[in-house]
This record gives sequence, structure tokens and C-alpha cells, in this order.
Amino acid sequence: MEHAEPGDTDWLVIPELGHFALILAAALAIAQSILPLIGAQRGDARLMGSAPPLALAGLIAVAVAFGALVWSYATNDTTVANVVANSHSAKPMIYKISGTWGNHEGSMVLWVLVLAICAAAVAGFGRDLPSALQARVIAVLGTISLGFLAFILFTSNPFERVWPPPPDGNGLNPLLQDLGLAVHPPLLYAGYVGFSVTFAFAVAALIEGRVDAAWGRWVRPWALGAWSFLTLGIAIGSWWAYYELGWGGYWFWDPVENASLLPWLAGTALLHSAIVVEKREALKIWTVLLALLAFALSLLGTFLVRSGILNSVHSFASDPSRGVFILVLLGIYIAGAFLLFAWRAPAMAPTGVFAPVSREGALVLNNLLLCSITAVVLVGTLYPLFLDLLTGQMISVGPPFFNTATAPLAVPMIAGMAIGPMMPWKRATLWPVLQRLWWAACLALAAFVLTLAFAGWHVLPAFGFACGFWLIGGAAADIADRAGLGRTRLANVLNRARNLPRSAWGAAVAHAGMGVTLLGVAGMGLATEHLASLRAGESTSYAGYEWRLDGVRDVTGPNFTARRATLTLLRDGHVAHVMEPSRRFFPQGRTTTTETSIRTNLVRDLYAVLGEEHEGLAVLRLHVNPLAPWIWLGSFIMALGGALSLSDRRVRVAAPAARRREAEARA
Amino acid sequence: MSGNADQDAARPARPSRRKLMLYAPLAVAGVGGLGFWAMLRGLGDGSFNPRGVPSALIGKTAPEFSLPGVEGLDLPPLSSPDLLTFDRPIVVNFWASWCVPCIVEHPQLMALHRQGVPVLGINYKDRAPDARNFLTRHGNPFTRLGADFPGRTAIDWGVYGVPESYVLDRRGVIRWRWAGPITPEVMSESIVPLIRSLGRA
Repeated sequence: MEHAEPGDTDWLVIPELGHFALILAAALAIAQSILPLIGAQRGDARLMGSAPPLALAGLIAVAVAFGALVWSYATNDTTVANVVANSHSAKPMIYKISGTWGNHEGSMVLWVLVLAICAAAVAGFGRDLPSALQARVIAVLGTISLGFLAFILFTSNPFERVWPPPPDGNGLNPLLQDLGLAVHPPLLYAGYVGFSVTFAFAVAALIEGRVDAAWGRWVRPWALGAWSFLTLGIAIGSWWAYYELGWGGYWFWDPVENASLLPWLAGTALLHSAIVVEKREALKIWTVLLALLAFALSLLGTFLVRSGILNSVHSFASDPSRGVFILVLLGIYIAGAFLLFAWRAPAMAPTGVFAPVSREGALVLNNLLLCSITAVVLVGTLYPLFLDLLTGQMISVGPPFFNTATAPLAVPMIAGMAIGPMMPWKRATLWPVLQRLWWAACLALAAFVLTLAFAGWHVLPAFGFACGFWLIGGAAADIADRAGLGRTRLANVLNRARNLPRSAWGAAVAHAGMGVTLLGVAGMGLATEHLASLRAGESTSYAGYEWRLDGVRDVTGPNFTARRATLTLLRDGHVAHVMEPSRRFFPQGRTTTTETSIRTNLVRDLYAVLGEEHEGLAVLRLHVNPLAPWIWLGSFIMALGGALSLSDRRVRVAAPAARRREAEARA
Repeated sequence: MSGNADQDAARPARPSRRKLMLYAPLAVAGVGGLGFWAMLRGLGDGSFNPRGVPSALIGKTAPEFSLPGVEGLDLPPLSSPDLLTFDRPIVVNFWASWCVPCIVEHPQLMALHRQGVPVLGINYKDRAPDARNFLTRHGNPFTRLGADFPGRTAIDWGVYGVPESYVLDRRGVIRWRWAGPITPEVMSESIVPLIRSLGRA
């Protein structure tokens, strides 16, 4: 028994300490959302100066609360109701700790923690920000933090006690007991919360009535960071679905998946339109709207997942009364921000003017297409709910709708992704750009033809390969062109390539990453599947291998029992692989999970799932998934591109410092 | 969109109309919010339930359909008049050989069959050899089996995905729907009591 005996009371109060820290954080958040705002309105430097220390104090309070919760989980403190509901002493330590945020209450504390870290970062790294802007941003972040702290304290207190303590906890959703899923929520939250900072910048700009290049420069790194985290989070979620759900797919257009895709799409649009604000001082109102939208969609996703109004394969504890609270919060933040937007946006005068064919024009097209895709996904996700509400009719909008509705929008976007970055600002002509892309086009065409020639008549995957190579080729062409390949000596080219701004490299890498993901998606379009039911010793031949079932045996894990099959893959009589797919049974939750077995050589995955057993026959589902790992590899490359762009000198030092010098010179 | 909006501002455009445009996000958010609020109310009092999937067809007769049999199987095909020929409650089950949860629920269907409950199958988007293979390996619980290769009938029934099952009373009225595999719990807690009570009625 790991819970404390009466007597050693020295750490028993830790949950109360955490609870108290949360209340303290809420009190600090009240101050943080009022004082700096008043200061900024009155121009009172002392009140504005209270923002950074308040943000820092808020972070400490929330960190203490989070630490207390992690402690309760790590020590399996069964006097805490949340631990009882979601943990078990037999769980490995890493899943005890990840269990802290694997449930509703804990994940909300994590959310607030990430938010507090962001606010402290704005306070710490934002010394070069105009102080009024910084004060307002921190105040808006304080308001958001306050809302979520109130939500936690009033509806989902993670520190509630039970007495007498039960002997042990009730385990965690076994599907969630997984490394991929342990890191998935923190990454997603880092993304969602990152958009709360761009939201705060947008609201601050609306209050101030001013958006300029400097604002764009400050918003972009936050949008980039949030976007990179969200990209990673979504990729890991999809990877988890691939190896854990055992259905052989990687993206199901499930509402919960869509909920994370929506802010990603809006965030991608924001990321690109912020460039236009920064470089050209155009698209200001639009960028502010996107910043509001990205956060609104993040909150909407949280609301949909937590309130239980969505029907999803991803089970999550839900509660309508919590839904009401989140909806009220959503109403206050989103309606408030949109009201402010309608009132103040006319004050923002645009300055940059540009021709339709130009870098700006390409970015506008990017925004239009991304927003259309966002709208399609949003409608597809919400339409069944609203139809059910209005007419009581149940319909299901599945992958066919999403695939057919997004593809015509995605194709011009992919085409433009290679062309846009090579266009000059203000005014451009299309032809010279296309000339510099001719070999990327040849590459794409070759990929299309070769796929049809070698993989048979699969037009869509072939087209996917063409798109992937077009993007990778386009990214390479962009870098080569900027480095002056063909116009100067090779040594010069390399030197120039090295000295290109990191943001140029970041864009190229991210676009190429998207290309790699597309190659993976196209490869999965060529996946095959084979269903066999075998007795021990029997074998089936599939995909050039002889798959022999050696046997199925019982295995015991720390908190589950499992049936594990041993499959030997023979090629020409030699053992090529041994695979051990299994099914786990968790007596605590009375649930079964499949553990797929995957052998990859990075070019294709061999994927085996153990199905039911019946009178000595074991059902095995075998897949060959070409290029499957590239889907996630490409996402990591995309996130890497984001990080590269984030490390640009301009973001790190030059801009704020130059701005400050300018301000000092003026003063 | 906004590129134009920004450019419009450079010219002296009609400002009032443009200002109204800026209220559009608020209006959309407002309508959405009201809808969500209504859904939450409905969740609270049970009138809105996206999870339980109380089909719009509950209390109605099954939609008209006429399906061919699965090639090479010695089972009669299925069309909507057949549902009325049993004079007792029946189970209609949508399944496919490529669906793993269908394997999970298969023993329960076999049990229903052994208890004498007519189980009518609709084989959804499947290949005949695969379907035959599946039934040879796992046993055949179906009294009649229709092949819905294009998936039209499934759309008419409002099927979420396979497996999905319906219980119809002796007059062919749909009384219950279950999206997902029939686990032993679903079997003992829902289907068996329902069929028993419908059988008495």
C-alpha cells in the first residue's frame, strides 16, 4: 500500500497546498487582468510595471499547484479523488506522472500552467516591447488565466479528497497508457495556449487601435512557436491512432482530430498573413481577425471535446455542466473579442498597397484557401450536431465528405506553395517564377508517370506523389534561386546559401516537410491488407513473405494480461522478422486494447494486428503500408522548419533592439 | 477577402457597409454559441444525445430496400418486406469482413441465432469471397443476408459505420439501435431484455 499511514502527516497536506496555490493564482490573475490595463489606459508607468512581476508570481503559484498534483499522482495518494479515479499503484511511474494530465481536471491545470509560462515569457522576453502593449498583452493573458482557474476551482477541482481512502485507484483509460499519448496533450496545449498569446496581442492592438510592422514582428514568433507545437502534437496524435487503434489508418476525420486541426489551419493562415503585416503593413485587420480566430477555434476544440456534445472514437470523460461553464468562458472571450474587433478594426488604416500577382497576393490566396479548408472542416464537424439539434436527424459526415471537399482546395494551395515564396513583394510576373520551377514540375510529372507505371493504375496516390515532389522540388528551387545557383560560382552559392536568413530556410524546410508528409499520405494510398486466420504452425503468404504463426500465449503485464502472438516472417526460407502483436486486457477498466506490431525500414511498414481467437484459430490482420513513417517524419520536418524560422536573427535580436533605439532617438 | 477590405479602405468606400461586415464574426459566433447552449440544455434533459444514437428511425418502419444475396452463399437475399415475415422481434445487423469489431461481436450474434432470434445480415461494402470466408471461419448467424455493396441501404438506415445493429418488433418497427459491436454487456443488458419484452407484447 503506497498511501500514507495515519501518523506520517508531513506531506499529507500537499494537495491542500496545491489547492491553495490555485486560489492564490486566481487572485493574482485578477490583479494581473486589471492593474496593467488601467495603467496602460492612463499611461501610468508604475501600474504598467506591475504586469511582469504579477505574471511571474502567477507562474510560481500555478507551478506549485501543478507540482502538488504530480506529487499526488507519483505517490499514488488515494485520498485524492482525482488520483483514485485515474491512477493505480501498479502503473509504471512514467504513466502515473503522465496520468496527471491524462484526465480532465489535470489537463486543465496543465493548460493553465502552459498559459502562465507564456505570460511569464511575454513578461521576461518582452522587455523590448512598448510598455503599454506589453502591459495590455499580459492583462489579457491574465483574464484568460482567470477564466480557466475559475473553471478549475468551481467545476473541476483536482485536489478534492475522499475519506476513507480506497485501497487503490481505478486505473487510467488503458488506451491512454502509452508514451505517445503521454506527450501528445502537453504539445497540443502548448500550441493552443501559444495562440492565446497571439490572441492577447490582437486584443491589445484592438484596444490600442494600432497595428504596425513591429506588432507583426512580435506576433509572428508566437504564431510560429504555437504552430510548431501544434504540428508536433497533431502528428503524435495521428501516430498514436496509427499504432494503437490498430485500424491501419492514421487520420479518421474524427471530430476530436478535427478539433485540433481547425486551430492548426487558422494558425497556418495567421503565420503567413503576419509576414505581410511585418513586411508590408498590409492585411492588418485580416491578421487581427485570424489571431482571434485561431484562439477561438482552440477554445472551441476544448469545448467540444470536454462538453461531450461530440460523438467520437476518442473517449474522454465529459460532463455537460462543465460544458456550460466553458461555453460561458468562450462567450466572454470570443464574443468580447469580436465585439471589440467590430468596434475598433475600422481605426486601423492600411498602408501597404500591392498588385494581385505578388508575394502579398500569393499569401492572400494562401489565406483564402486555408480559411476555406478551415470552414469546410468546421462545417463538416458541426453540421451533424446542428442538424440533430434542429431536426433531430442523425447523419454522419465521414472521410468521404472531408476528402472530396478539401481536396479541390488543397490542390491549388499545394501548387501555390512552391510558387508563392519565389515571388517578389509588391508586384510580380508569374512567368519568370514558373521558369525557375520547371525542374520541380518535371520531377512531379516523373513521379506521376513512374507511380502509374510501377504501382499500377492508382491515379490519386500518383497525384499525391506528384504533389509531394512538387513541394520538395519547389523548396529546393527556392533556396537554389536565393543562393544564386546558375548565376555565380558554386563556392559562392554555398556561401550565400549558408548566409540566407533562417526564416527563408525555415519556410523552405517547412514546405518540403509538407511535401514529405504528402509522399507518406500518397504511399498509404497504395497500402494493402490481408486477413488470415491461422492455427499455430500454419502460415499464409502475403507481400513476398511467408507469415508463420508460431503460437499465441498468455502474458502478464504490470496491470494487464495479454494474449501475444508470435509471427515469424520468412523470405526464401530465411527468418526476416519476428513480430509480436498482442491484445491486452485491463481488468481494472474491463477493456481490451490492441497492440499492433510494426516493422519498418522507413520505406514501408509491415503492420500486424491480432484479432479474436476462436477454437484455436487466431485472426490476424496484416497490412503493408508503403511510406507510412514519412507522414510523421514530414510533420517533424515541418515543425523543424518552424523552429528554424523562429531562430531567425531578426526575431531574436535585431528588430526589438532597433525599435528601441529608434524610440530612444525620438525621445 | 481582407486584401480587398484593406484596399477598399484606401479608397473612400461606403463605410457603413464595411463596418457592418466587421460584425459578421460576432454574428456567426453568436449563432454558434446559441446552438451549443441549446445542445447543452438538451444533453442535460436528455433530448439531445449524440452518443446514444437514437436513430431518427426509431418508432418508424425500416426504409424500403431490396438487396441481392452474397454470391456463392446458400442464404436467401434480403429486402424490406422480408422483415415482416417472422412475426417476432428480429435483429438487423450491418457488418463487413474487413471490420475488426465485427469479429468481436460475432459470438453474440451466434448466441442470438442459437436462441432462435432471427438475425438478418446486411453485408456492407464487402467482397463476396471475403464475406464467404468470414462466415465459413466464424460461423453463420444470419437467416437472410443481403449484400449492400454500394452502401445505399446503409445510408437510408443512417448507419454510422459497421458494425451497427437494430432491433425491430414483429410489425417491422425499429425499436432500438446500437452503433458499435454488440459486447456481452450490451447483449445481456439491452438486447436480450428488449427482445424478451417485445416478444411478450
